[in-house]
Amino acid sequence: MSIKIGAESFDERVQEGLSDTHMRETVRGAQERLHTNKAKAEEELGDWEDWRTLSEEIRAHTLENLDYYLEQLAENVVKNGGHVYFAETPEEANAYVQKVAADKEAKKVIKSKSMVTEEVGMNEALESQGCEVIESDLGEYILQIDDHDPPSHIVAPALHKNKEQIRETFAERKGYENSADPNELTQFAREQLREEFLEADIGVTGVNFAVAESGSMSLVTNEGNARLATTIPNTQISVMGMERVVPTWEELDVMVNMLCRSAVGQRLTSYITGLTGPREAEDLDGPEEFHLVIVDNGRSNILGTAFQSALHCIRCAACINVCPVYRHVGGHSYGSIYPGPIGAVLTPLLEGYDDHKDLPYASSLCAACTDACPVKIPLHGHLIEHRKIIAEEEKKTSIGETYAMKGFGLAASSPGLFHMATKTAPFMLAPFTKDGAINGGPGPMSGWTEIRSMPSPAKERFRDWFQARKKGDS
Amino acid sequence: MMQNKEKFLNNIASNLGRERRTNGVERPKYSKQPQWDVLADASTDDLVEVLKKQCLKIHTDVKETTLEELPEVLDEVLAMYEAEKASVWDDDRFERFGLSSFIARPGVSIWGESPADEDIRISEQADVGITFADYTLAESGTVVLLNGGGKGQSVSLLPTYYIGLIPLSTIVPRMTQVTTKIHEMAQAGERVPSCINFISGPSNSADIELNLVVGVHGPVRACYILIDDR
Repeated sequence: MSIKIGAESFDERVQEGLSDTHMRETVRGAQERLHTNKAKAEEELGDWEDWRTLSEEIRAHTLENLDYYLEQLAENVVKNGGHVYFAETPEEANAYVQKVAADKEAKKVIKSKSMVTEEVGMNEALESQGCEVIESDLGEYILQIDDHDPPSHIVAPALHKNKEQIRETFAERKGYENSADPNELTQFAREQLREEFLEADIGVTGVNFAVAESGSMSLVTNEGNARLATTIPNTQISVMGMERVVPTWEELDVMVNMLCRSAVGQRLTSYITGLTGPREAEDLDGPEEFHLVIVDNGRSNILGTAFQSALHCIRCAACINVCPVYRHVGGHSYGSIYPGPIGAVLTPLLEGYDDHKDLPYASSLCAACTDACPVKIPLHGHLIEHRKIIAEEEKKTSIGETYAMKGFGLAASSPGLFHMATKTAPFMLAPFTKDGAINGGPGPMSGWTEIRSMPSPAKERFRDWFQARKKGDS
Repeated sequence: MMQNKEKFLNNIASNLGRERRTNGVERPKYSKQPQWDVLADASTDDLVEVLKKQCLKIHTDVKETTLEELPEVLDEVLAMYEAEKASVWDDDRFERFGLSSFIARPGVSIWGESPADEDIRISEQADVGITFADYTLAESGTVVLLNGGGKGQSVSLLPTYYIGLIPLSTIVPRMTQVTTKIHEMAQAGERVPSCINFISGPSNSADIELNLVVGVHGPVRACYILIDDR
């Protein structure tokens, strides 16, 4: 996989999402539950805004000094007996992991959930040299055995599937004979995967936060799969986006707290694991060899720009869980492994506008995402910045008739979506508003009106409009 | 071994519009530090109440006992889980807390005492894994395990059930108190234990329609035994 998923156009993907009633029902329920849980977890702390302020300060300081902290991290990993590889590109990252796997003559690799390995396409790289790669996160396992269906949510990757669909997949691919009860489905996956863990030569993990002062990796899970992947196989490879570092264990405390509460509304998830180097002489489990791969893949281009705070993201998905557009179109419509508001901000930054220029318009600019963000990333502000850049580019490259055609295409497609989303935002947001989480509303849209006029309000619903527009196109 | 560092970090510095920073970076004095206010004035008894309440939320059984009655209570929990084979840490606290005869039972395997390389398999086939808590976090219902040597990380992970023995002397308000200790250890130049686990109840997943399922890759049930060692 890479960041981009699927070859269809944005319109086709949105159409598909809108007509998938299973998915839409599941997503609606999930958003409500996740958002309610987060709201409770915020409220019980009593001083959530102070926590957000602290978290923002931590992330800003770390990113401003990223070279310093990464160097400290790498030196400490090596001091503990580990290996560090700095990969600027997916090709470099994959080549390094392929080499480790070849050196170890690895046949089987067990993975715990990692977005960055999806981003660089590590599974395919390992499979191309004959390694079997098994995803162990329950959601990722479901997707993997279903012909590598792409993830639709960064915390709950199989959110778009209902239990009946999962039962069918298990039955078809793995000979499962029991019911669609999530308990039975999960028990089946546990049995299937336990043997895989015991046989795996290499465990591959992502990194939630790496701690510079001690060269430690922290992994945050509920299932315990990251623990298994780092307890049994003899070799561990952890892959991190380069921004995923904190200075010390004191900052780790704060960031883990924010991640658990914002992602799933838990005080802490079942397992927070801090791993420091390979096993020591007297240890009888844990990896004998440890490799850390630090990946850039376009992130450094975001440093020093107006978008730098997008790198503060801790991948909690709180913005996704409040987004009214995500609620309607689902994760796959974004055409990126990073969906929702953060995906709409990050994807064009990592991969360019060519394939993703519609994404900044897949937002009502209602600012619910910005309010939800535990590290105060001004997400809707970034979307406005993207739109300004896209509009400027369109102006520069298009003149005369070309300009008119292009301008029409742009205005008719994406801002249309934006317009409808805007129109429907107030009532789509109603269930959230009662929890007091949305304070913004349409105020931030002023940034949009500075650069072009706001489309006049329409009375039709989003879907009606979208259907009508499709007809008009053909 | 470290590869490709200079070019990678130079590029970061240049995009940040400055020279490389290799020293002299100090953490700022953060304007808010709410983590220290959580349960700041709570007594041990208060913390125990918070812990017990949280255990209800994280599907974790709780028993309370004294030093004298610990062996009896442990047997009750083992009976509740119908557990015969136990995998335990090699930890002198078992003796100090009056569990010498328990760990001498034939069904009990002590980590590190099996023939070479068999420890993981034995632990995997055990009904229950039993460890002491090195720290306990009241707020989140968490046992903190500093693994290493005789304190194998498999013991709290591979068996079907998990029992955490929690001396009340290990209870602190939240994660902050423990991470600060680890921070001090790192600052003093000591190597941090190779695996530190913060465990809050049994393993679980909500990946299927966000339905909570308890018992995924790790233990399917967990019990904390609170031991009044004051």
